[in-house]
Amino acid sequence: MFDPKVKHPMPTRDPKIRARDFLPVELGYDEETAVEEAKRCLNCKNKPCTGGCPVRIDIPAFIAKVAARDFDGAYEIINASSSLPAVCGRVCPQETQCESKCVRGIKGEPVAIGRLERFVADYHLNKPEKPVPKIEKNGVKVAIVGAGSAGLTCAGDLAKKGYEVTVFEALHKAGGVMTYGIPEFRLPKSIVSAEIENLSRLGVKIETNVVIGKTLTIEDLKEDGYKAIFIGSGAGLPKFLHIKGEELNGVFSANEFLTRINLMRAYEPDADTPIWRGNKVAVIGGGNVAMDAARSAMRLGAEKVYVVYRRSEEELPARREEVAHAKEEGVEFHLLTDPTEILDDGNYNVAGLRCVEMQLGEADASGRRRPFVKPDSEFVLEADTVIVSIGTAPNPLIKNATPELAVTDWGGIVVDEDLGTNLDGVYAGGDATSGAATVIMAMGAGKRAADSIDRYLNR
Amino acid sequence: MYKILKREELNPTVTRFVVEAPAVARKAEAGQFIILRVDEKGERIPLTIADFDRAAGTVTVIAQVVGGTTEKLNHVPEGGYIADFVGPLGKPSELTGLKKVAVIGGGVGCAIALPTAKKLHALGAEVHSIIGFRNKDLVILEEDFAACSDKLSVLTDDGSYGKKGLVTDELRSLIESGEKYDEVIAIGPVIMMKFVCKLTKEFGVKTVVSMNPIMVDGTGMCGGCRLLVGGQTKFACVDGPEFDGHQVDFDSAMRSGGKFRPHEKENREKVCNLFKKEVR
Repeated sequence: MFDPKVKHPMPTRDPKIRARDFLPVELGYDEETAVEEAKRCLNCKNKPCTGGCPVRIDIPAFIAKVAARDFDGAYEIINASSSLPAVCGRVCPQETQCESKCVRGIKGEPVAIGRLERFVADYHLNKPEKPVPKIEKNGVKVAIVGAGSAGLTCAGDLAKKGYEVTVFEALHKAGGVMTYGIPEFRLPKSIVSAEIENLSRLGVKIETNVVIGKTLTIEDLKEDGYKAIFIGSGAGLPKFLHIKGEELNGVFSANEFLTRINLMRAYEPDADTPIWRGNKVAVIGGGNVAMDAARSAMRLGAEKVYVVYRRSEEELPARREEVAHAKEEGVEFHLLTDPTEILDDGNYNVAGLRCVEMQLGEADASGRRRPFVKPDSEFVLEADTVIVSIGTAPNPLIKNATPELAVTDWGGIVVDEDLGTNLDGVYAGGDATSGAATVIMAMGAGKRAADSIDRYLNR
Repeated sequence: MYKILKREELNPTVTRFVVEAPAVARKAEAGQFIILRVDEKGERIPLTIADFDRAAGTVTVIAQVVGGTTEKLNHVPEGGYIADFVGPLGKPSELTGLKKVAVIGGGVGCAIALPTAKKLHALGAEVHSIIGFRNKDLVILEEDFAACSDKLSVLTDDGSYGKKGLVTDELRSLIESGEKYDEVIAIGPVIMMKFVCKLTKEFGVKTVVSMNPIMVDGTGMCGGCRLLVGGQTKFACVDGPEFDGHQVDFDSAMRSGGKFRPHEKENREKVCNLFKKEVR
């Protein structure tokens, strides 16, 4: 019998095997496990979990449906609030959102809300026939810039309200970070495509290969009859360390490394796009993207993969689960370590990473303890590949082409509480306004913007 | 899908493609580039816009076969389609106000230099074009340059056509004979641009170069195209592709351009074998 104080464990593949392929790590609950886990829900009246959800899914209601084996009913409840449940069930940081509010969590582990969401969404995706929802179109055109989490959510919600929605995507494939950033082993691309297909069934049009700010401007969209515009162009611009040796061959931004793998499928034998297979790979940074890069490097056959992070384990911004998975797969963590120089082997290739050890001092403005250099602690980490994963900034293309659009000094689009920009009828949200965050935060913004746009168009 | 309306072999390895892409044509300017993908398994490669026709909705690109992707592209017939074609990307050339300019093209770089020469000519500037090739068989676009240049010098490394010598030799003799240029625009192999810049620095002539590093997305997302310009990291795709040549670190650009060379060679062989099989 299982202990009611803990979650039903997620079945995962053997770390030794999965660390060398790109197949999904987590296998998902089966029906029986899902029903049993759902029964752990106390069905609290005030629904604290829903309060922790950026898109406000009625969590106890969907879980009650799972417990009653009404999986279609459960899906309907989730789908009323979330356009991408199969994605969120996999990549949401539930431990700091819905599950952190779960009353079960006070004495034991919270209900596995994320795993149950994933189960319900996958159940729906695996159904052979999905009905085409009947929506009365209102003929009002809305343009969405960027087919990532924020844009697709906004598009889905507006389409459900009857708007004629067109999403413009710069890349050749929709999905944003879900497509180019998060690897197959954590979020299978077939899941992302299936979620996007669900949106197409709602009547959302997606035009790929259109770079807003280049191919078309915000002004062009207005002239083409779009009555409102949502900018969800993300934070795609990689930051670099600006240390010596960063231009060497074998140094990549995590964005480039992961885009080659995920969007371009460079690890598959018939793909034309090349990938760099390092033997000793140092990943600089401690976020989820750094974990994705490190685990991908391992899967490309690296002998050693290091995560180099300047603070301690406690401050690692990545999800605990991802850190645990990375460790199980053999990724080594060099914590309290700061790189100072990338060494040249004399042929313009990476020979290693010069680092110093750090100590933690007082908490800084972000509330995290500020690291400082330990004297005489310099050492060289042997590496032939360095992946820089220290964050991204908002993409400047729209800002450059739209000088009248107000942005912050770090390039984020300025929005009011309704996510309206300083331009009439133009809204923005997700990483483009917040800086790099999570899929679910962007979805929450897309949802809020859809409500604001609906109010704006009915004012 | 994007249709190849016209295909013309300029020399054995360089082909001109006229592509139906009205949205790109509407905004295209000299100096900008596009990214294309030949098919679903294809990689994204940047090619500079060689010409465009807004009314006809077409964009012209000129590609030299160097790797698997350009080999594949070279096999797409007239009337055939390629999977993706996105742009215009990068910043347009800044040409207004220039009165007298030397436009230098090296090899397939001439394809990129041509729209710049044309635009300068249309703006009323005096254009001296210097185009260089390895040998006679590789000479391209001579007539097109003749049509928009007040002075045209064609050079080959081996002297099999035009003058024997390098574009830098010709530029030096023009400057030394008293030609005063507001600006030199040099587009070609990195090594050529490096030596043009070395020369013009000596004479204090402002020089603009067009960089073509490895790129994935072309919108600032991957950082693969980063260059050292004036000691700072710049992205060729969004900050360029044109830069002040006297600020560019050509040595590091040359070395990073070769990072995937073994793959490019291998992939080209793979594609060649594939086509041979199909022909048989």
